[in-house]
Amino acid sequence: MLGEEEELSVSIAHIVQKLKGSALHCQLEKEARKCLLSTDIKLETLKEDIREFLKSSGWEKKLQNAVYRELTVLPAPCHPAAPAEHIKEPLAYMRRAQASWEKRVLKSLNSMCTELNIPLARKRPAEEQKELLNKWNEMGTEEPDLTLFRPVYAPKDFLEVLINLRNPNYDTDQTSFRANLGLIQVPLKMKDIPELREFFGELNLNTGQLGVDDSTPVPPEMFENEHLRIGKKILEEHDSAAAQQYVRQGCPTALRAELWALILNISDQPEDILYYEQLKSNVIQHDLLSDSLIYKDVKLTASNDDYYFVFEDYLYQVLLCFSRDTSVLEHFAYNSATPPKSYIRGKLGVEEFAVVYPPNGVIPFHGFSMYVAPLCFLYPEPARLYQVFREMYVRFFFRLHSISSHISGIMSLCLLFENLLQTHLPQLFYHLREIGAQPLRISFKWMVRAFSGYLATDQLLLLWDRILGYNSLEILAVLAAAVFAFRAMNLMEVTSLAAAEAVLADISTLKVMPLLQIFLFATVT
Amino acid sequence: MAQDSAPCTIRAPVPLQLGDGKSELGRPGVYVIDVTFPKPLIVNEISFKNFYTAFLTVRIQQRSSTHPRNKRWRTCVRDLQLMPNPHTEDSAQEYVSLHENQMLCATDHVISMRLFLRQPSPVWTTFSIEDLQINPNGRQRPQKGFSWWLNHLPPKEQLRSLSKSLPNPERVSSEVQQMWVLTEVMRSNQSSASVGRFDVDGCYDMNLLSYT
Repeated sequence: MLGEEEELSVSIAHIVQKLKGSALHCQLEKEARKCLLSTDIKLETLKEDIREFLKSSGWEKKLQNAVYRELTVLPAPCHPAAPAEHIKEPLAYMRRAQASWEKRVLKSLNSMCTELNIPLARKRPAEEQKELLNKWNEMGTEEPDLTLFRPVYAPKDFLEVLINLRNPNYDTDQTSFRANLGLIQVPLKMKDIPELREFFGELNLNTGQLGVDDSTPVPPEMFENEHLRIGKKILEEHDSAAAQQYVRQGCPTALRAELWALILNISDQPEDILYYEQLKSNVIQHDLLSDSLIYKDVKLTASNDDYYFVFEDYLYQVLLCFSRDTSVLEHFAYNSATPPKSYIRGKLGVEEFAVVYPPNGVIPFHGFSMYVAPLCFLYPEPARLYQVFREMYVRFFFRLHSISSHISGIMSLCLLFENLLQTHLPQLFYHLREIGAQPLRISFKWMVRAFSGYLATDQLLLLWDRILGYNSLEILAVLAAAVFAFRAMNLMEVTSLAAAEAVLADISTLKVMPLLQIFLFATVT
Repeated sequence: MAQDSAPCTIRAPVPLQLGDGKSELGRPGVYVIDVTFPKPLIVNEISFKNFYTAFLTVRIQQRSSTHPRNKRWRTCVRDLQLMPNPHTEDSAQEYVSLHENQMLCATDHVISMRLFLRQPSPVWTTFSIEDLQINPNGRQRPQKGFSWWLNHLPPKEQLRSLSKSLPNPERVSSEVQQMWVLTEVMRSNQSSASVGRFDVDGCYDMNLLSYT
């Protein structure tokens, strides 16, 4: 608990520190120096004149957007006595659970290394480097033998861990009425329906929505045209915050790529392309075991997907570069997970030779490539695609596979989903529970992948618009519950988990926005 | 951590309970912690790490400055809500600092203090506060512009005995000041930019992951 003023100054100090090392800082300095040569700048009013210049030349906007970016990812200011681990995750038992889960993943990776007798990482011989460089744009044609590799874990394994998580200070044995009827037994505070209605206010029935009001029977004059006009204006203004507010009502397809890049504060600078090339050369130099996991995952998921198989080569490029990107490590400051550690061969235990593995600290799991796949529709240039994905990951996706009490964390999403379903459809919930088809067992995979690969692409992008717009993943839990509500009639008739799964096997025909609207605003509870 | 805070004796929490506490079914909803100080002091800050305590009340015993015999109890914090919802985890393990401006009365001449911890929700097996510190030194307002060593200068006598063999202190001080300014400038210019290397001297060969 800090005073408001103190909180503010801590945040400011943090952001200033962060921006000082950025390319933007250099550019601002350079521009300010350049403008000194102009005649408009007077020595007496130097400070004001330069400020005025930066404002009129659009640099102030860029600075604003950069600050806004830091504000969105910045964890809430913490007590100065709080250790770093407290910022990662305030609840000690959750931290322990995450740590023991990580250990399991490490063990599984290590045993794979030992069984297959391959090193975690090695330098590629020159010949191999050359070969890979030539094949960079068609890595999909390569068919390495991956039968012996297996994904380190699948969402199902992770769900078991979440189900078994208990707060040791929570009294569950004494009385059963307190125990949750669902699978998740952690007493986190979730939003209830009125709170969700307020939070997702812009999704209400009276506000125009892309995904509803752009369907064929509605004339475009009603909403679409005006919405498109505003979207263009926001792009001209180049304002992240305005763009974020705007996408709550959905992005017009033509503007989506630009608007998302604006919200995520991704610029199109030559040095970004250079950075990507640097990562690429790192991929060429070193061969990692995690590369095989990525190959395997892409082959198992995206390559089999009707929408995404065409992007196979893109996926390899982006994911391999991602695994070499050390800037991803920054997000571990606010992620409950800790990057795996290893030592350079022959230097075991020597701290100077300790390294993070993989270099970005993220071990891909079964389905990981689906976080990238939908973005391939928006960004044809790999460098840009890469940046957008990295930013989406460090803002949102990492929360979907680490154990934390964060409101957007997978734990909270599971609980929110179960709570919503119980409140909205108690009979359905009870029925499914009785036949041994706990709803979360079906919906978990949707949420872990943020519905990627389950919805039609246009619908998925409309959903992700709202994730960006509200800077929250809670919408995933709401949609999962809404899907159950929509199929409630059929689900009431099933008598087994398999049958329930069959009812919900294909949700690619569903329209996301009407489902969400009906569930949140048009159901009497 | 006790050496960082004002010297005091913190007694173990005492539950407030009807009956003998063993045969009762219910758990106590109130714990009381007594803190005594060897000499009267001004309480500027109380900081601790919460552990599932929902409300906190603090009473202080003050000795009158005019009549040292007179002692009186006053409430300086009343039912401060530490958990927004006592049934759920929010802020249950948060770090908390209470400052003067949050106290209801003047907090000088304090000789002892009593903290009342309340948890109305029966779902938690236990609740308490940890790392209780009164006026922790670690984060008293940093004096701007002073490095830590200025606060750790040796006492005057020692300085005097050293001064014969040492150069002109004024010159030294001005030189040190310059150096200090330089280090401050360096520190403020330090950026958080990384170069993005993950290998050690070009080598990134490894066999297994480390568990520690």
